[in-house]
Amino acid sequence: MSLASNALMLAQQLDATDAKNANAAIGAGFAYGLAAIGPGIGIGIIVGQAIQAMARQPESAGQAQTTMFLGIAFTEALALIGFVVFILLKFV
Amino acid sequence: MTNVLAIFAEGEGSAVEFPPIENVVEWPAFFGGDTFYEFNKIALMGLIAVVVPTVLFLVARASSSTAPSKLRVFVESIVKFIEEQIAKPGIGHGFEPYVPLLTSLFLFIAIGNLFEVIPFFQMPMNARMANPLVLALVVWAIFIYVGFKNQGFRYFKDIVWPGHVPPALRPLVGFIEFFSVFIVRPFSHAIRLFANMLAGHMLLITFSVLIIATLGQIAASASGVVLALGFVGSLVGLIGFTAFEVGVGIIQAFVFSILAAVYIGSSLHPAH
Repeated sequence: MSLASNALMLAQQLDATDAKNANAAIGAGFAYGLAAIGPGIGIGIIVGQAIQAMARQPESAGQAQTTMFLGIAFTEALALIGFVVFILLKFV
Repeated sequence: MTNVLAIFAEGEGSAVEFPPIENVVEWPAFFGGDTFYEFNKIALMGLIAVVVPTVLFLVARASSSTAPSKLRVFVESIVKFIEEQIAKPGIGHGFEPYVPLLTSLFLFIAIGNLFEVIPFFQMPMNARMANPLVLALVVWAIFIYVGFKNQGFRYFKDIVWPGHVPPALRPLVGFIEFFSVFIVRPFSHAIRLFANMLAGHMLLITFSVLIIATLGQIAASASGVVLALGFVGSLVGLIGFTAFEVGVGIIQAFVFSILAAVYIGSSLHPAH
C-alpha cells in the first residue's frame, strides 16, 4: 500500500519528459524481450534439427552446417530488429 | 595497486551508470572534422581492413605456385574455404566469377569485426550502420544486375507475377515478393550485421562498466561477499565474452557473405 502511494506521489512529481523517458524505457525492455522469444525457440529448433541431420548422416555434415547458419541468420533477423527498436527507444 | 584503486574510487561514484550511446559509438575526427573526408577511428579501421588482405594476397602472389610458401598456402586455404563453404552452396553452378567478390566481402567484414577485441581500437567497424549498409547496397545492386543480365525481363516478371502460385494469389504474393526482394532485403542484410556487432560491443561495455563500478566500491573501502562476487563475475564475463566476440565476428562475416551468395544465386538461376 505504501509502495503504491509512493509510486503515485512520484508519478505526480514527474514532468512530461520524465514520463516519456519512463514509458520509452519500459517499451524498450518489452520490445527486446518479446522479440527474443520467437527467434530463441526458432534457433533452438534449427540447431537441434541440424545436429540430428549431422548425427544421422555425418558425411553431409558440411552441407547441414552451412544450411544451419543460413537458417539461423534468417531467424535471428527478427530478434535483431527488436534490438534495434530497443536502441531507438532507449537512446534516441 | 593502491594508486589504481584510488583512481577508481574518485572517478565513478557509487552508481552503475551506462555511458550515453554517443560516447561508445561515435569517435572524434583525426582530421577533417565535419567535412566529407572526415577521418576517424572507423575510417582508419576500414583502411586497415582494405590494406591488410590486399598486401597479404599480393605478397602471396609473388611466391611460386609449384613450391608455395607458407603464406601462399594460408591464402589459398582462405580462397578454398570461400569456394567450398560459401560460393558453391550459395550460388551453385557458375559460381566462379563471384569468388573474388565474396572473398573481399568476407575478409573486409571479418577483419573489421575483429577490431572489437584488438586493444586501442576496441570497436567493431560494422557497429556503425554506414559500413554494413554500403556493403549491403553493393550486394543489392550486383544481384539485381546479375538477375537482369542472366534472365532478362523474366527475372522481374517471376518476382512480381510468380507462375508457380495459383492465379488468384499472384498479385498478393507478387507484391510481397517485390517488397521483400527489392526493398527489405538490403536493410535486413545490413541490420543483421550491424545489430550483431553493436550488441556485442554494448555487452563488453556493460561488463567493463560493472567492473569499474564494483572496483570503485571496493576502493571506497566498502566490503562484502556480494560485491566481491560481482567483481569476479564481471571479470570472468568480460574475458569470456571477449572470446565469444571473436567467434561472433567471424561467423557474422561468414553469414553476410553466404547471404550475398544466396541472393546472387537466386538471381542467377531461374526458379524451377
